[in-house]
Amino acid sequence: MMQQTPPIPEIIQAIPLQSYLILSTALFVIGIIGVLTRRNAIVIFMSIELMLNAANLLLIAFSSYKSDASGQVFVFFIMAVAAAEVAVGLAIIVMIYRNTRTIDVGFLNKLKW
Amino acid sequence: MSPTLSLFYFLSFLTVLSALMVVFARSPIHSVLYLILTFFCLSGHYILLNAQFLAAVNIIVYAGAIMVLFLFVIMFLNMKKEDEESKTNLTKVAAVIVAGTLGVILVGAFRKSQVGTYNPYAHDSQVGMVESLGHMLFREYLLPFELISILFLVAMTGAIMLGKREVGERHF
Repeated sequence: MMQQTPPIPEIIQAIPLQSYLILSTALFVIGIIGVLTRRNAIVIFMSIELMLNAANLLLIAFSSYKSDASGQVFVFFIMAVAAAEVAVGLAIIVMIYRNTRTIDVGFLNKLKW
Repeated sequence: MSPTLSLFYFLSFLTVLSALMVVFARSPIHSVLYLILTFFCLSGHYILLNAQFLAAVNIIVYAGAIMVLFLFVIMFLNMKKEDEESKTNLTKVAAVIVAGTLGVILVGAFRKSQVGTYNPYAHDSQVGMVESLGHMLFREYLLPFELISILFLVAMTGAIMLGKREVGERHF
């Protein structure tokens, strides 16, 4: 009976789930810092990708620890949506550059007030 | 310390370090390269968590497709010169304080919360394999899977429409 079920991965036995929570919180906070401090639209976009990946890591960690495949299917969908988002977002950035010759988001203040 | 444990700490350290370098690198090209490194580290984490399928998909989709798109656009826009960031130091300090506060609050909440752990008797380590994910994806999540293809079609059309050059507009 025992040799039929594969063993539990060592990492799950050794590392508490809290460590993954803290790791993905760190990634998410770094992403927020990037969005708030940088001016380059592409770097802001990359910081958003960083935050998306923090969420992915957390979903996969919970899914592996609770052995529930739904979390990993959601990560698959998040990746697909992120790919679509990047395609449209980069097209918008290219268009902004073409019209204003810059991708500094500080110059895009027509809708500010 | 067992090899797996030290591998986890090494990967976590590398992940956070390269994520920091994404934010603080001066040139966007370096940011992209550090982001690719971050994605590879995250794939390592996924393999450690026995989610092999998503580790492969992460490398193929993120490090392969999305990052190539980023690099392509950066090289298109010719942003070699390091244009000085126009944000003041006050804004930067405020941003770091806001993000740090959020991080401290979240970590504090996690320390108090009961997230549980694995069930040693009912644990299925094969959950991240292609077989079980395929069963899940094509049975319970068939409709979202088909909707994703429509989303891709819409996104592709939108990207082409946005990127198309109008008559009389300059190329770049």
